Amino acid sequence: MTAFLAGDAQADRLVPPTGFTARLTIFAAAAMAFLTVFAMALSLATGRLADRWGDELARASTLRISAPMDQRAAQTAAALRVLETTPGVAAARALSEDEQRALLEPWFGPDLPVASLPIPQLIEVIEDDAGYDAAGLRLRLAAEVPGAVLDDHTRWRRPLITAADRLRLLGWLSIGLIGAATAAMITMAAQAALAANAQVIAVLRLVGARDAYIAGAFVRRFTLRALSGAALGTVLGMLAVLLLPSAQAEAGFLTGLGFQGWHWVWPLVIPILGAAVAYAATWQAAHRTLKELS
Amino acid sequence: MSYGGGELFGDISLTLSPGSFHFLTGPSGAGKTTFLKLCYGALLPTAGHIRLFGADLRTMSRDDVALARRRIGVVHQDVQFLEHLPVADNVALPLIVSGHDRNSEAENLAELLKWVGLSHRADALPAELSGGERQRAALARAVIMSPEVILADEPTGNIDWEMSQRLLQLLVELNRMGKTIMIATHDMNLIRAAKSQVQARVLRISQRRLQTAGADL
Repeated sequence: MTAFLAGDAQADRLVPPTGFTARLTIFAAAAMAFLTVFAMALSLATGRLADRWGDELARASTLRISAPMDQRAAQTAAALRVLETTPGVAAARALSEDEQRALLEPWFGPDLPVASLPIPQLIEVIEDDAGYDAAGLRLRLAAEVPGAVLDDHTRWRRPLITAADRLRLLGWLSIGLIGAATAAMITMAAQAALAANAQVIAVLRLVGARDAYIAGAFVRRFTLRALSGAALGTVLGMLAVLLLPSAQAEAGFLTGLGFQGWHWVWPLVIPILGAAVAYAATWQAAHRTLKELS
Repeated sequence: MSYGGGELFGDISLTLSPGSFHFLTGPSGAGKTTFLKLCYGALLPTAGHIRLFGADLRTMSRDDVALARRRIGVVHQDVQFLEHLPVADNVALPLIVSGHDRNSEAENLAELLKWVGLSHRADALPAELSGGERQRAALARAVIMSPEVILADEPTGNIDWEMSQRLLQLLVELNRMGKTIMIATHDMNLIRAAKSQVQARVLRISQRRLQTAGADL
């Protein structure tokens, strides 16, 4: 591999240099790598999102106490008693006024007098690993706490996770398509180079060059171009992702786009992949072309 | 053997013995170039067998053919070079593609260029050479690997008599060193000139047959 990259200076000179098409190949590889960085960021971000939704929401549910103001505290206490004796519930906790106010703040602004408003009391229920029987709990609550409504989140969690999974799939699919398009472009560029150098190839064959030697001169050239182009595109793409506004507490999905922690290693694979794609594509094209020559 | 639709040769059987000197002659279009191409594996016969150094061309892989060509020096009528490289590199091309270090052979190369009278043109590009210089550069390229066989297709086609004599001289010298030589030409003067210096046989392609011309010409 190192011998391949270091190359054979003598062999490299045998194929005449081509400034313009070389730059085109590098540009195409760079553009594709840039796009791949974003597709990768999208896939990883949606993956994180799906995991988080799946994890956190699956373990938590909400109990809503909608009762007249004077009964609210009593019903809340009753509900908590029921929950404490329910198998599968690890913890249950009534949200404080401050927490409820924070939840409503995006809609009603700060300083909302939560206590004096007929706002339902929310109870956060955390499951243990086994989970609880939602239907049984609903029945018990219906008997003891008439104003309680249990929301175990599955209703809106499932479509969100499905959407995130789809998005992640689309991201990986995009990376695959970009890779295939890169292969197609490199193949065309290599074929053009082989056709333009038909005389060079004929002379090399005549003086006893083996196919592997001739193909190698082209393959090395295109692989190095793709590698350098993809490296450039990857660096630019990573910079662009880095410069995206960072995720904030109230931020939605879009600002979460990016790499986190060791995921920053992933884009570094792109130049290697690009070079591998170019290597395979050029090798194929060269051997196809050479077979047609005597 | 047929090529391009019509049969070119039939009933040809020939073995080039090591160290022999052959001329291949015949009218234009008789198939001299095709015959030489068969000899270095650029074409496959449609019928019959061609053996290069004892191996059947049909059973040889592309790599086998490439390796056999390192033992066969070919001088074409219209010599093709790598136009972007200087003459010295073009002459050294067989060394480069067979993995020799061009620099360790620098002395041989200089000597060879001197032998063909191109020392002063070593750094010129092929396009800057005259017809005779191109032919001599082609001969130098053909012999740099010290091949056992040298095939030349109309090597004197584009050059004057004096230069032809000189080129012939080089080929005769190679033959004396034990190389097998086959020259395709329709230049009878060249054949006569050679006969005075070397034991040469003349093969004639005519009416799809290969005939041995008389010893006297």
